Amino acid sequence: MEFLIAQWPRFLDGTLLTIQLTLGGIVLAFVLAMTFGVMGTMRHWLPRAVATVYVEVFRGIAALVVMYWLIYALPLLSGFQLEDMFAAILALGLNLGAYGAEVVRSSINAVPRAQVEATVALNMSWAQRMRLVVLPQAWAQMLPTFGNLVVELMKATAVVYLVSMHDLSWIADDLRRLSGETIPVFLVAFALYYLIAQVLIFGVRLLERRANRRLGRVPPSGGGILGLLRPPTVGTKVGVAK
Amino acid sequence: MNGLMEFVNGLWDFQYTGQVLPDLFSGLLVTIQATVIGYAIALTLGLLIAVVRRVPVFGTLVHFLMEFIRTTPLVIQLVFVFALSPANISVFTIGVVVIGVHYAAYTAEVYRSGIEGVAKGQWEASRALSLPTSRTWTAIVLPQAIRRVIPALGNYLIAMFKDTPLLFAIGVVELLAVAQQVGSKDFRYVETFTMVGFLFLLVSIPSAIVIRRLEKRYVAV
Amino acid sequence: MSPSDTPENTTAPGVGDSAADGPLIVFDQVVKRFGDLTVLDHLDFDVAAGERVTLIGPSGSGKTTILRLLMTLEKVTEGRIDIGGEPFSHMPKGSGLAPASESYLRQRRKSIGMVFQQFNLFPNMTVRKNVMEAPVHVLGLSKDEASARAEELLDLVGLGDKVDAHPTQLSGGQQQRVAIARALAMRPEILLLDEVTSALDPELVAGVLDVLREVAETTDITMLCVTHEMGFARDVSHRVLMFDQGRIAEAGHPDQIFGDPQEERTKTFLKSVLENGH
Repeated sequence: MEFLIAQWPRFLDGTLLTIQLTLGGIVLAFVLAMTFGVMGTMRHWLPRAVATVYVEVFRGIAALVVMYWLIYALPLLSGFQLEDMFAAILALGLNLGAYGAEVVRSSINAVPRAQVEATVALNMSWAQRMRLVVLPQAWAQMLPTFGNLVVELMKATAVVYLVSMHDLSWIADDLRRLSGETIPVFLVAFALYYLIAQVLIFGVRLLERRANRRLGRVPPSGGGILGLLRPPTVGTKVGVAK
Repeated sequence: MNGLMEFVNGLWDFQYTGQVLPDLFSGLLVTIQATVIGYAIALTLGLLIAVVRRVPVFGTLVHFLMEFIRTTPLVIQLVFVFALSPANISVFTIGVVVIGVHYAAYTAEVYRSGIEGVAKGQWEASRALSLPTSRTWTAIVLPQAIRRVIPALGNYLIAMFKDTPLLFAIGVVELLAVAQQVGSKDFRYVETFTMVGFLFLLVSIPSAIVIRRLEKRYVAV
Repeated sequence: MSPSDTPENTTAPGVGDSAADGPLIVFDQVVKRFGDLTVLDHLDFDVAAGERVTLIGPSGSGKTTILRLLMTLEKVTEGRIDIGGEPFSHMPKGSGLAPASESYLRQRRKSIGMVFQQFNLFPNMTVRKNVMEAPVHVLGLSKDEASARAEELLDLVGLGDKVDAHPTQLSGGQQQRVAIARALAMRPEILLLDEVTSALDPELVAGVLDVLREVAETTDITMLCVTHEMGFARDVSHRVLMFDQGRIAEAGHPDQIFGDPQEERTKTFLKSVLENGH
């Protein structure tokens, strides 16, 4: 126990790196998901084909493999070495962005056709239709699945353990080596991961509730902060193969 | 034209690729073995958990444990169990069991949704026929539940296949590990790691197509 | 009297000036097929500027398709549509015509508005936003101008007190009145009304029709209206077209069509509508 308290700063450092990787990955994955997801709904075949290739390739290859390729193969090809941190975020973002793109695409397609027809009757351009009508409505549909993806992304950050970046997993393993106190050390690490996951889920729920309010829907669990704390339902790895 | 070929050869050595391919295939074989055995564990354990979850108190405990497994990374779970395991257990066994249990936490949820999807009338009809509980489960509820979750379970097979490179963390010599070993020996990472990517796509894209077919077939019912 | 050649001869009362410049909307041998199903079968008809035309007929007779073609929600299979003396379903290309491109359609459909059966309000916006969004982004009005216009129009449709409500807080009738205000905010020359009261509870129908009567009386907007509300059609329209199987079965002044229908199909249709309580 004293050991754990003494080593608390190292746990915090590891947690901080895990959080940084998670947030960096979320930002990149979000941009990629939106870009390729929207491209996947376009009428012209070219953007659709590009989106399909991106989605199929990066869903088909694990983030770890992509990260190894970026760290080991890319420097030999291009002559410059990516920062490990950057390579890791890139790999995580590319991977989760591919899953996210499918979510974005199907959510856009789920917006009722009648809404699109109304934008035609008001003579909106494609960009106006997307920005003003379709995406704000699709957003509410994307969020629950995004919540699952965000947790998946947070878990996937642990792959940096394999390239010896000092994230929470690496720190836990290092402290185990130093102290031999396997069980307490790992329990703390597990608890920290669990905590980060809960915070992420809570954040997405807040967004979800706001999005539903905007669409004039009452939150299913009722209002108030308690509604957001209902038992989580992280039961699915979304769209793993679709 | 010659200049171009030279340039391409500088980046990519086809002869070398051919040379390492057998090694990579042996790595892929380990990856596939791990996937298949791990998946068998995930399927059976997940079903067990889904049924046990309906038991009061104990079921809640199990549910909480599964939730915990689902929200923490597979890598650290692997490293943790590896650190606790006696030395005479092989890393392959540890890896396969951990990934199997990890995915059981997911398949349990899939089974649960399938079981909840079975109409209440089916339970009531079984009660009316005085069927024993075990018979109700095995002959009435589970066959209906499992049928409707086959595509979702298939998705997890592919997800698991893509997660097996993580076994590298505890020293299982699967595809990625082989590529790393061969690549570092010859300092030729471009061919090896690119081929790893291709091999993963070679398995995962066709499997995804099969799953999509399954989905159409079973959802239609 | 052959049914298909009557419409051209019927000009609306009170729109003589524009009619002299030729009709506003011209359907020329328009065919629309969905797969094997022919919805419009070599259809010819004109609408004069300022004219209010009601389209009636059994479901599947092609009335709604006409509105959807004019709103560019569908494309013609054969034939062409002209508006204001210029091609609409097609665009000039070289010396001939080519199917209209999206950008050409955007240019041409500026003057057309539509109100839908299911209202199709945007759920992600308040009532005010629904009405002002397109004027701001499509017409380039300032937010203040658009907001003032929205308030004015919402007053007109009797919803001045609901400006900042959310569409889901309104009744169907109120939502439809917002949809009418939204269409009018674009200052359309042509307004398409597609069964605008069919989705409403009976007690809410009158409110919506009153608003439309008001629009008809106080503006010179050309209106094409698909409806089962025969009383309303009789009050506001200059001409009624009876559709059957993708063709015009009978056309004429509302008093004639409703009071003294000539065609058997029109009689049967009107009888069935009356029996269904409309």
